[in-house]
Amino acid sequence: MTAIPIRDFLLLAPEIFLAVAGMAMLVAGSYGRDNGGNGHRGCSVCAVAALAMTGGLVFWLQGGREVPEVILSGMFVLDGYAFFWKILLLIAATLTIFLSERFVAEGGYRPGEYYALILFATTGMLLMVSGFNLLSIWISLELMALSSYILAGYFKHQLKSTEAALKYFVLGALSSGILLYGVSLLYGATGTLELAGLSDALSLAVAAGDGQVLVALGWLLLAMGLFFKVAVVPFHVWTPDVYVGAPTPITSFLAIASKAASFAVLVRIFYQGLAFLTPDWQWLTAALATITMIWGNLAALTQKNVKRMLAYSSIAHAGYVLIGVLTATEDGQWAVLFYLAAYTFITAGAFGTVVLLERRAYAGETYEDYAGLARRAPFLAASMMIFLLALTGIPPTGGFVGKIYLFAAAVEAGWVWVAVVGVLTSAISLYYYMGLIVQMYLKDAEDTTPEPLYAPGLLATVGLCAVITVLLGLLPGPLIELAKGSLLPLP
Amino acid sequence: MANYIPILVFVLVAIGFLIVSLMAARIFRHGGKGGTNADPYECGNEADSLAHDHRFSIRYYLIAVLFVIFDVETIFLFPWAVMFDRLALFGFIEMMVFLAILVVGYVYVWNRGALDWA
Repeated sequence: MTAIPIRDFLLLAPEIFLAVAGMAMLVAGSYGRDNGGNGHRGCSVCAVAALAMTGGLVFWLQGGREVPEVILSGMFVLDGYAFFWKILLLIAATLTIFLSERFVAEGGYRPGEYYALILFATTGMLLMVSGFNLLSIWISLELMALSSYILAGYFKHQLKSTEAALKYFVLGALSSGILLYGVSLLYGATGTLELAGLSDALSLAVAAGDGQVLVALGWLLLAMGLFFKVAVVPFHVWTPDVYVGAPTPITSFLAIASKAASFAVLVRIFYQGLAFLTPDWQWLTAALATITMIWGNLAALTQKNVKRMLAYSSIAHAGYVLIGVLTATEDGQWAVLFYLAAYTFITAGAFGTVVLLERRAYAGETYEDYAGLARRAPFLAASMMIFLLALTGIPPTGGFVGKIYLFAAAVEAGWVWVAVVGVLTSAISLYYYMGLIVQMYLKDAEDTTPEPLYAPGLLATVGLCAVITVLLGLLPGPLIELAKGSLLPLP
Repeated sequence: MANYIPILVFVLVAIGFLIVSLMAARIFRHGGKGGTNADPYECGNEADSLAHDHRFSIRYYLIAVLFVIFDVETIFLFPWAVMFDRLALFGFIEMMVFLAILVVGYVYVWNRGALDWA
């Protein structure tokens, strides 16, 4: 007779609530033969309300914890770290819904399905960042990934979108398989899947001698699966095509929420589960961070399409974040938290601008389409300039502060050469971000250049992101304090 | 670093296996091209029509997918039913939650007309 862990389920109420809200929306949206059109506003309001209520529940039930609490026999953990990510992910999902308004209305899709999928993906992410067992982490990751595959292919009649979904699905399934293979080898070597005991079990297995190869292969495969999810070179090949093919609000969702959640899990697994192997994964991460920063920035140089450029830029930024991960110090860790939080607003704003300028499916995404934007839409151009400056890492923006702290943490921890590569590649990135600013401010528009859309909700979202980006650059203190209060124990 | 030498060997063996098997296939395979080689295989008989002469509704695919879902559901019910008294109330509630989620999916496909055969 198993005792029913009622208290544990109550503590997990935010995630359960969000899943139920998603299902309710799915069913409610399936009534009637009407294909989109009217209900989209109601659905987006409901989705935002569901996310807000989940946020409230997270604050009420999971916030303010000094000591981590492990629930459901070691499946999930509630700590300050998970709390930080959950709030960030809920904000990211809300921003995505704000950006989706026009896409859902124009596409004629059933709004209930679209928002339900976003809610399901968000549920997966929330569970993921709380996961404390390799299997519960893997299942939550799949919940996020499966919903994302469908969302990436949401332009059902566009070849590019179908291609994006297919590539994402095939490579995503492969990487999940690799990740699971690694997990199974680690389980074979140690007999445990719980992050809490994994590190000690690993050291025992290695000390015993016979488990060495299993452990080495296991953690390498596990790390590869995680690196795929955060799109690090050489596991990045899916990123540009998926980011370009997916509908832009979804691209933004993948770039901010999916990436943040995957980084949260990566740091948790490295710091807590693989603590024993710290020098090993530090070297691997340093090598991959270097290749990623160089390749991501060089590849972005040659892009003509803004969405594709932002895709390569997101690869490069994954490299910068890895710098903070590999330090394995407190400074590095809160710099990662701060950077990804700032990156969420910057990237959501940048993709919001793309949404406002693109036309029917994929038109209006090239650099030339941004010519003379400063005269045609001064507010939008100014916001986009702020995002691009922040992505480059120029003050006074959140991107600058985040990069400074990442590089400083690396230098303090003795990884000077990685920080040097980071600074040099940031200088390279100036070229392609500036290219877009030059188009907006110094070039004249042709007659054929598309006019930006007038959508007050979207404009307000972009403006909000711009304001937050600047605020994080001028007053980074509060967010830094918040990040410092949400750290994992060091490996 | 010595721990990682077996991994390197593992990777090299994987690459080597790929190269060797592809080369072996190239050396030993029957060189014939065209003729009956390109025909669809139909249990040794000559094919009397092409695959795209027999179109069938995409609905079969949908029905098959839906069938798999509810089939798997039934498979999950069996072990639960066998262990019913040991899983007790907790198992019962868990299974009801599982079924409720599937019913949501069922209502959804019903409403979207995936079960209409017309």
